[in-house]
Amino acid sequence: MLRRLAPVAAALALLIPAAAACGSGDDDTAGGGDAGGRTITYWASNQGPSLEKDKEILQPEIDRFTRETGIKVDVEVIGWPDLLNRILAAATSGEGPDVLNIGNTWSPSLQATGAFMPWDEKAFEAIGGKDRFLAGSLSATGAQGKDPVAVPLYSLAYGLYYNKKMFAEAGITAPPTTWEELVAAGKKLTRDGKWGLALEGGNISENAHHAFVLGQQYGGEAFDAAGKAQFDAPGNVAGIKRYLDLMAVDKIVNPSNAEYAANQSLSDFANGKAGMLLWQAAASGLASQGMTEDEYGLAPVPFPASPPAGGKKINSMVAGINLAVFEATEHKDAALSFVRFMTADRTQINLNKTYGSLPSVQSAYSDPAFRTASVKTFQEILANTAAPMPAVPEESQYETLVGTAMKALFADIAGGRTVGEAEVRSRLADATKQVRAGG
Amino acid sequence: MATVTTPPDVTPPPAGRPATAPKPRRVGGTRFRLTPYLLLIPALVLELAVHVLPILAGIWMSTRGLTQFFVRNWSEAPFVGLGNYRIVLDLDGPAGRDLLHSLVVTTFYTVLSVGLAWLLGMTAAVLLQKDFRGRGLLRTLFLTPYALPAYAAIITWTFLLQRDTGLLNHVLVDQLGVTQDRPFWLIGGNSFWSLVVVSVWRTWPFALLCLTAGLQTVPGELYEAASIDGAGFWRQLRSITLPMLRPVNQVLILVLFLWTFNDFNTPYVLFGRSAPYEADLISVHIYQASFTTWNFGLGSAMSVLLLAFLLVVTGTYLVLTRRWRSDD
Repeated sequence: MLRRLAPVAAALALLIPAAAACGSGDDDTAGGGDAGGRTITYWASNQGPSLEKDKEILQPEIDRFTRETGIKVDVEVIGWPDLLNRILAAATSGEGPDVLNIGNTWSPSLQATGAFMPWDEKAFEAIGGKDRFLAGSLSATGAQGKDPVAVPLYSLAYGLYYNKKMFAEAGITAPPTTWEELVAAGKKLTRDGKWGLALEGGNISENAHHAFVLGQQYGGEAFDAAGKAQFDAPGNVAGIKRYLDLMAVDKIVNPSNAEYAANQSLSDFANGKAGMLLWQAAASGLASQGMTEDEYGLAPVPFPASPPAGGKKINSMVAGINLAVFEATEHKDAALSFVRFMTADRTQINLNKTYGSLPSVQSAYSDPAFRTASVKTFQEILANTAAPMPAVPEESQYETLVGTAMKALFADIAGGRTVGEAEVRSRLADATKQVRAGG
Repeated sequence: MATVTTPPDVTPPPAGRPATAPKPRRVGGTRFRLTPYLLLIPALVLELAVHVLPILAGIWMSTRGLTQFFVRNWSEAPFVGLGNYRIVLDLDGPAGRDLLHSLVVTTFYTVLSVGLAWLLGMTAAVLLQKDFRGRGLLRTLFLTPYALPAYAAIITWTFLLQRDTGLLNHVLVDQLGVTQDRPFWLIGGNSFWSLVVVSVWRTWPFALLCLTAGLQTVPGELYEAASIDGAGFWRQLRSITLPMLRPVNQVLILVLFLWTFNDFNTPYVLFGRSAPYEADLISVHIYQASFTTWNFGLGSAMSVLLLAFLLVVTGTYLVLTRRWRSDD
């Protein structure tokens, strides 16, 4: 009898580890660390020079929060290439952090998943009210007419950085205000292995941001009034062509920039290989490459000299980072008090000062650190000439598909192929079809 | 998502004289027939959980319009039937055209990469067959690419291949002066060749490892006898080494094919989220279709098609190679 049972026992014994393995996943995530006071998990995005550096910057603030409230915070800094995937996985499984940073352009897309807490009046009250935040930054927190999916944390805008010494040597007295002037300045700067402008031709998001701004300037809209994709509308084609022509026609951009996707253009600008750069809050990045603040100037991104019909006076997207609360969190109160802490004046001043970004709350601007000329420039851009990226659920598809199309077009230009209006339109038409197929 | 996983290790089947094993003793007639099945259950359960269920889930997903609106609750995603397949098989539409293009690129890439990796592995294994001073050192050196972590190694390649600051162009243009223009290696047409080179560099040590192990089982007497009969190196290679290695080669080429065809790390680390059109491998293509455009139904449909394609290729290969073997 015993001998007959032995194989059964053996089979069962072999199964146990498998069953245990299946079960243990839940144990790790569900209960988790509530023993010594509450603990919440926070996913921070990469704002500083490195993930480790970010952790160093955030830790003193987190410690202060724990001292004030007794709530512990597990911080994980996640790099940009992984962040959206991690958020998607969390939304799918319902197992995620309590509080997390999202790129503000993802707001409408993430809002559509329903995985994040909507910020209604009551939620805003818990963090000191909606009126504290900059109106411009609030415009990039989700679809119009819906409760925001997140609150603004760091605010940013695009600006034109220029190398003062190179400008002086080339006899350029003032930063360009139109694309025509930018090209003229670029041509003077392009000589002896140096180039007029550096850009990230292989960076999908960066490309899409410029596509949006230039599209607006040339009278284009990525989505029509009904929210349907129309990336190949004439204004969008013209805007993107203006950007690509900086390399293709005006030849003020090094063709190598077509493969740049890891901030090489920032390095080129910092090292004097290029005289101009279109960037968001470059101060800390430039400083880490040894370029001091008196070596460069900041001006608004140019406009077309004679704007075409329907062109808007927009020269930046409303850039920034938003803070969202995971809908499935078991610690909503703790999460809300953490958001309140992160958007409080003192935290806003400390963190934005270090990162070189702008506070998202009005009251933090009383600090002298935010009264410099460059902060004023950015503040004016955000207040007057910045527009949020399209607030439709397909926004992330727009960024990916149009950004990728531009990467391919830059590669064609760098490879010596002709890229005219027809080529741009055909790529954008394909991208439009793809997003429509998915919708 | 439905992907094809291959066994991580390949044990060369024993060749040479079969050992005379003692006849198995019969224990207790038919009543114990249950035992083997009971012992199979754990493996079966794991197989179901690790392979079969994800494949079924992938097939299910491919019939849904699974976009970001439903990632939180998949079951709510609307049923679209074969709609996703219609989109990816519509060769007039951009999605179908790009998928076909990607399949062609991937096939060329796989044939080249597997062919070169096998050729290199075979050459090195044969050259290292005879004992000489420094053989151990060379073998270790050749195996290094296989031992390095994939990400670290491929990131190093991206540094080498950059246009302005890369080592390759520094040597080609600045030192040797082969061309005046600095060529691009990570975008445009050359990116395909970069991909092949990096892939061969990564996989050929595995071929070397398997073939070296296979060669150990070839009895030395065969070569001695052949030499006495006046057979030269090439004749020995053709008539002894290759036939004796056939079982190893059959498995090795299949495994290399599946690995290379499904390779994700190499193109992803080399090119990032979106590969150049000329080097748009199918795994990254599907990843982009599902993750960066948030259309998991469409991505799953592509995955299911890829699975079917690989099943057909693998099946045909196995049937053909078995027939050749039985023809002997």
